[in-house]
Amino acid sequence: MYRYILRRLIYVIPMLLGISSLSFFIMQMAPGDALTTMALSPDVTDEIMEAMRARFWLDQPPYKQFFRWVTQMFKGDMGHSFLWHAPVTWVIKQRVFNTLLLTVVSLIVAWALAIPIGIHSAVNQYSWSDKLLTFFAFIGVSIPNWFLGLLLLYLNLTRGWGLPIGGMTSIDFAEFTFWEKVVDLARHMVLPVIVLSTGTLASLMRYMRSNLLDVLRQDYVTTARAKGLAERVVIYKHAVRNAINPLITIFGFQLGGILGGASLTEIVMNWPGIGSLMLNAVQGQDYYLVMGNLVIGAIMLILGNLTADVLLAASDPRIRYE
Amino acid sequence: MDFQGNGGALRSPWKMAWRKLRRHRLALMGMWVLILLHVFAIFADFFAPYSELTSDRRRTYHPPTKIHIFHEGKLVRPFVYEYKRVDTLRNIYEEDTSTMYPIRFFVRGDKYSFLGFETDIRLFGVDAPGKIYLFGADRYGRDIFSRLAYGGRRSLFIGIIGLVISLSIGLIYGGVSGYFGGWVDNLMMRIAEIIISIPSFYLLLALSAVLPTNIPPDQRFMLIVAILGFIGWAGLARVIRGMVLSIAKSEFVAGAEAIGASQPRIIIRHILPNTMSYVIVNATLSIPGFILSESGLSFIGVGIQHPVASWGNMLSEALNLSSLTRYPWLLVPGFFIFITVLSYSFFGDGVRDALDPRSRTV
Repeated sequence: MYRYILRRLIYVIPMLLGISSLSFFIMQMAPGDALTTMALSPDVTDEIMEAMRARFWLDQPPYKQFFRWVTQMFKGDMGHSFLWHAPVTWVIKQRVFNTLLLTVVSLIVAWALAIPIGIHSAVNQYSWSDKLLTFFAFIGVSIPNWFLGLLLLYLNLTRGWGLPIGGMTSIDFAEFTFWEKVVDLARHMVLPVIVLSTGTLASLMRYMRSNLLDVLRQDYVTTARAKGLAERVVIYKHAVRNAINPLITIFGFQLGGILGGASLTEIVMNWPGIGSLMLNAVQGQDYYLVMGNLVIGAIMLILGNLTADVLLAASDPRIRYE
Repeated sequence: MDFQGNGGALRSPWKMAWRKLRRHRLALMGMWVLILLHVFAIFADFFAPYSELTSDRRRTYHPPTKIHIFHEGKLVRPFVYEYKRVDTLRNIYEEDTSTMYPIRFFVRGDKYSFLGFETDIRLFGVDAPGKIYLFGADRYGRDIFSRLAYGGRRSLFIGIIGLVISLSIGLIYGGVSGYFGGWVDNLMMRIAEIIISIPSFYLLLALSAVLPTNIPPDQRFMLIVAILGFIGWAGLARVIRGMVLSIAKSEFVAGAEAIGASQPRIIIRHILPNTMSYVIVNATLSIPGFILSESGLSFIGVGIQHPVASWGNMLSEALNLSSLTRYPWLLVPGFFIFITVLSYSFFGDGVRDALDPRSRTV
């Protein structure tokens, strides 16, 4: 198992090289370079521009720039953000935690609700509650999460729910006691978490329902019932455990979508994560920041997929990685 | 040849699939809604009372026009009143009940060309100076209903065109990779994996930064479609490759090789058709993804840009919270996106049940 994880981690290195070449290539295609917006400013003289170009190697041929960028990146330096006047790694570091907090909490909420709902739907197949839940699942899967965000913001403002409308903390956050801080953060998270978890919740509960229905038709479930086990034991001890495993594979697939969905949610809900950072970087033509974001996004996705594989192996004794 | 002994009534698999699909009520409903929406978009010039860019500065944020059918207690043909702006600062309007404007059909409105003909016949409208805004107006006094029709041309068809692009790349890439195997396969799959391992929305954002800023809207639209297609192919290619790997070992491929068929011919004529049912199912289920990506991008202002309409960029005004609360009709395009995606998932579900007997409805 450890050898498997280690091998997967080593495999990440050539992947990162590929991802960074792709990011670099994309940014080479973009009009101008990282300093173009700066050159428009009247305060910046030609001499300063020359000096800046030389400092960031922009006067060098692309392949040299690329080598420099990649070697620096493996040393932990992703270049300079011209928008923030700070190193890219520092800017991203400020935001990564927020994105992770939002996605992880949304995932936990989605899973914690989807599994019991899925079990309920499968056990009471075709009951009115199952049909109602199916209906909501279709809505949840089909509604664009940024549109759901707008709707919730609208309802929040017009119906007087009194939830904060954007941002992550209140202005006077620094003066709060620890518990006030927790409550404040939680209140800011309510809407973004609803928005981000809805789609995942809806599709997961459908998967859980159909997996459990499949498992309930298996012979070993009939055996368990035949030997007189209580229905509760049959469902929770025998069936549910086997129905959850395939969901972990789906978790790996969904991760990319969740990270992407998180960026739109962050933009609509004004959440200071790397999704909204990415939009600012793209709009401000802050090329190093865009490249850094692409690489960090990819690392999060790769590590998430690895986690999913490891979880699957841990939960299913039939799977052994060598 | 009749091996089943049922009197020659051997049904083709496609006919059987169609029969199954017809029994799937939700799928049919989805299909009809989609047909309606597409017709609405294709004949936007006819259905929309105003042209896409017709603006009216005196009617910014005009609320949805109420349609009246009672006048002085009697049932009359549907009519509307003109709205007068009573508060220019906050855009508050009141009905001016002095004149009735009956809704007329097949009226003359803004000019457009249809199949080379210049015409100005539009489905409905009211006499000037009356105006009819079924879903209200936006910041520039443009009719949201009309812009929905025109925007549908981009927002709906982006899904289909994007799909065609990513399907063609995915099929050929996956086919070649799976058929040749060995180091070719290895290299090609590693490249696909690089694209898969970047969260697609990040990649979309980065690529939209590459687009030149001062290009005509049509070109920008085509470039956005190209980007969407470029991002979507990798996942598909990986699955196709897996299927091709197993098909390539089958006897009929060996047979084709034995009679000297060329490699492109084997891939295109013998192997890829066998992946068809998967491809069709995957296609219907992945169109909404393209539609959502486009509308998401346009919504945050990096996709299709004003003044040209797309369902996504029509919503971007709602990002301003004070506009959102005062003029909630700005949200209408979002419901259109939602209904489109919902219809595609119903339809796609039905297609999957019809074409792939092993799969189950999730």
